[in-house]
Amino acid sequence: MSRSAARYAAIGGAGLLVLAAPFLAPAFVTQFTFLWLMIVFALTWDLMGGQLGYNSFGNILFFGIGAYACAVFQRDSGLGYYEALALGAALGGVLAAAAAAFLGLGILGLRGHYFAIGTLGLGIAAGEIAGGWDYVGAGSGMTVPLFPGALELRSLFFYFTLAALALATFLTLRWLYGTRFGLALNAVRDDEDKAEAMGLYTARLKTAAWSLSAFFLGISGALAGNLIGFIDPRDVAFAGATYGVWMVLMAILGGKGTLWGPVIGAAVFHITQEIFWTYLLGWQRVALGLLIVAIVVFFPQGILGTLREKFPGRFGSKAEVQ
Amino acid sequence: MIDNFLLLFDYPVLSADLALNGLLIGAVFVLAAFGMALVWGVLNIINIVQGEFVMLGGFVALMAAEAGLPVLLGIPIAALALFILGWGLYRLVIFRVIDRDLFVSVLATFGLSIVLQQLSNELFGADVRTLEAGLGTLLLFDGAVALAQIKVLAFFLALGLGLLLWLFLKYSRLGQAIRATAQNPRAASILGIDTDRVYAATYALNAALCGAAGALVVMAWAIHPYIGLPYTVRSFLIVIVAGVGNIGAVVAAGLGLGAFENVAGFIFGTEYQIALVFLLMVAVLVWRNLRLQRKRMYLK
Amino acid sequence: MAARSKRAEDPEREKSGQGGGTRMTKRKWTGKAGRRAALAAALIWAAFQPGAAFAESIRLGSAISLTGKYSTNGDFTQKGYDLAAKLINERGGVEVAGKAYTLEIVYYDDESTPARGAQLAERLIAQDGVKYILGPYSSGLTKAMAPVTEKYGVPMVEANGASVSLFTEGYQYLFAVLSTTEQYLQPVVDLAAKVAGDPSNVRVAGAFENDPFSQDVQNGVLADIKRHGMKMVIEDKLPPELNDMSATLAKVRALRPDVLLVSGHARGAALAVRQLSDMRIELPMVGLTHCDSAQIIEKFGEKAEGFLCAAQWAPALKYSDPLFGSAADFAKLYEETYGAPPPYQAAESAAAVMVFADAFKRAGTLDPKAVRDALAETDMMTFYGPIRFDESGKNIAKPMVLYQVQDGEYKVVYPPEPAEAELRYPMNAR
Repeated sequence: MSRSAARYAAIGGAGLLVLAAPFLAPAFVTQFTFLWLMIVFALTWDLMGGQLGYNSFGNILFFGIGAYACAVFQRDSGLGYYEALALGAALGGVLAAAAAAFLGLGILGLRGHYFAIGTLGLGIAAGEIAGGWDYVGAGSGMTVPLFPGALELRSLFFYFTLAALALATFLTLRWLYGTRFGLALNAVRDDEDKAEAMGLYTARLKTAAWSLSAFFLGISGALAGNLIGFIDPRDVAFAGATYGVWMVLMAILGGKGTLWGPVIGAAVFHITQEIFWTYLLGWQRVALGLLIVAIVVFFPQGILGTLREKFPGRFGSKAEVQ
Repeated sequence: MIDNFLLLFDYPVLSADLALNGLLIGAVFVLAAFGMALVWGVLNIINIVQGEFVMLGGFVALMAAEAGLPVLLGIPIAALALFILGWGLYRLVIFRVIDRDLFVSVLATFGLSIVLQQLSNELFGADVRTLEAGLGTLLLFDGAVALAQIKVLAFFLALGLGLLLWLFLKYSRLGQAIRATAQNPRAASILGIDTDRVYAATYALNAALCGAAGALVVMAWAIHPYIGLPYTVRSFLIVIVAGVGNIGAVVAAGLGLGAFENVAGFIFGTEYQIALVFLLMVAVLVWRNLRLQRKRMYLK
Repeated sequence: MAARSKRAEDPEREKSGQGGGTRMTKRKWTGKAGRRAALAAALIWAAFQPGAAFAESIRLGSAISLTGKYSTNGDFTQKGYDLAAKLINERGGVEVAGKAYTLEIVYYDDESTPARGAQLAERLIAQDGVKYILGPYSSGLTKAMAPVTEKYGVPMVEANGASVSLFTEGYQYLFAVLSTTEQYLQPVVDLAAKVAGDPSNVRVAGAFENDPFSQDVQNGVLADIKRHGMKMVIEDKLPPELNDMSATLAKVRALRPDVLLVSGHARGAALAVRQLSDMRIELPMVGLTHCDSAQIIEKFGEKAEGFLCAAQWAPALKYSDPLFGSAADFAKLYEETYGAPPPYQAAESAAAVMVFADAFKRAGTLDPKAVRDALAETDMMTFYGPIRFDESGKNIAKPMVLYQVQDGEYKVVYPPEPAEAELRYPMNAR
């Protein structure tokens, strides 16, 4: 079918672009790398906020756990750089998922805004605790080992690992949303009590979804900690006021509860943000706050949601099936 | 940590000092929580800007004092200025989010709080600022416990304002309209109450209460542009524990929180004080949820 | 002389915001008229300086805190950089291999967060092509940026990251003009030992903010206390969002230590002065950091009497150089330009620019590696003090000074050489 051929061509073209981007614009590699990180943020947030209907303000918790777990492992394991990073990232992901499963016992019973504010509290408390705990450097933070290879290699290494992570997250979620599991998530979002009455194990579902979201965030934290090079408890690892809010915002901007929405939202947001930073010296955060208000008040459906309302025919089946 | 605990036994008067100072700061939390309860009960939104109103109230009082006005006059001036700001914000943003999902209002007010924080940083600088009220210090127990008089004043002022608020809601025309709207906005508007105006007045009143609280904070403690969020969380915590419609319970919960924070901060170390507040909130939420679940089981 | 460097010469605009604009914003907002005026000014200036060639500029990059919790000190840092660059440019710029260059500084706002600082360092180097970096404000930010500059082989001269842990990483491209953290409160401990006679009876209380800088100050203090055989009776960490120290001070009231040490940037200093007096706690000796950026005399007047303040520099010091003249001359120029006396953060920042200028001159080339080697060889005297770097890149030539607030003024009381006044002990003695 020509339609699917066009689709494969589009996918191939996009893949090539992803591979070539760091060579086409070498000065912007770091920005691209952060874009991948943002995409992971938005996707993992949307799994909870968009698909499950649990708006978490504290997902940054898992990012921070990943960053610290990996840095501590790199510090204490005595392995070579790549081995320590790989194992540390895996450890970060697993620990984050475990933390989600454990915290979920209490927190996932909360509904609506109680859940939102409860998770906000967890995220901030985690930053404060890490800031007081000497084993992880307390307020002095942690410095990760220097990358052993050449400079250009370092940028490319992180670009491709984070791109791979974003892609893995995307494909996992894409597959997941097509399964019964995905449908069950949406059932919980639409009416949790009815879903439970229909015989869905909602508690298990919610825990599984949160752990999955935490797993990818944990890995991204491990990689981002190494990319940034210095882990500060409040401003890097548990950066609730920046990364923590951005994940919510990007997902909403793109369109909650869609697969592509968070990706688009992340891209638009990241580019806007970089422009603000460059041109609005000192006022960028004010602009960001106004942007948040404007997005939430005027486009609560996000870019994809608004488009879907305007042109339902073009989305019709696609948005539901995937 | 254990050292600190033992210290309390070696110097029993220290406990009194900590608890009293905690109660006094609790009174300021109570003021902000009154506002939170009002807005939550009437407009059904969770107002994240709460803490920024407190912070701005402090800066207004500071500016008033720098302009040469008597320091204590800063309290009504801050309340008035914040009343106007609250009204303006309602007309600009808040009225758009009232009937929407709670999440929308949380995020929208969060955005506003970022804007206000950054604007204050630009306008006033990031430093910690304090204001001298020119009042002395009370010494109790042969000087073993010292209470700044301004803190004592703040305490009674907060309680007095609470009483006034209660009287206002109970007896005044507008207060009755506010309560009617809280109970059933549709019925209230059918009976001729301009609910939009009631909403605006409620939101502005909340801002004014926070403004007064902020003026007290700058005189008794200190403020800086990023001080807001902990105040928001505290008022949220107090309202969850006390419930939306119970002024007496709000007072008790607020004072209790203040005392808890000060004593716990002492025992576990000041660096964990904020973490403790937030963890306490999570614990309260979970505990409340378990209790509700148990109630539901009974119903079955 | 380009329009851009004309802007760099005009520190009046200041106050964060558009003031220290990025290179991009400068280009955008400097209108045609501005460019012409600048060109005309440059031509006139060139006409009066027959020897000087029409100058190209050397671009220095800096990410500093214009917003966020460090914005006050970030502002001082920027003023220091700008004042030095302006003066150097007015005196004909920097001569490198027979050619005169002006200095131009590209600024970004790091929002006081390390994540942003690291990204901006990379952006300055990779995208804006900056080859020399002036440090940010605070140890935390410097810690975040140092791995980046190191990776790119770009020299960074910093004036506001004192944490000693910066200099144990083996960085080759990092140079600091200031004395490191462990020296901040050391003089206070030494003085306490001296006045006590028998140091083993001295009981010390400390409250240190939970950030890289203050934690290192604490480590330094602990080592000194051990050396003197004193006893540490309180060791508190203060949260960075500090707005109440009463829990710590309640302990101080109960235990009555002989010395109280507080390190928590400007916030810690302001709160300590305020709450000690509110709680009526009188101690024989209290040592602080960041008194002058907290403006404790201006804000608290009488209540600030007797506090000891660690400082990198003081206008009363006897150092001088050909560019600024004496330390007092610098203070005067700064006050004329910005309307307030200079805190030491501004002085050390100005010195960092002078160090770069000196290294360019001696290197005779603009190759970063050569400039780095020249920096390592630095041995110069400035109004801020002597500057000579050790292997790890920290300045080992300049001692810290200690002020005491006496009759509403800062008086240097230690070390004995530049001391202007005798230590008042206990602190409220007249």
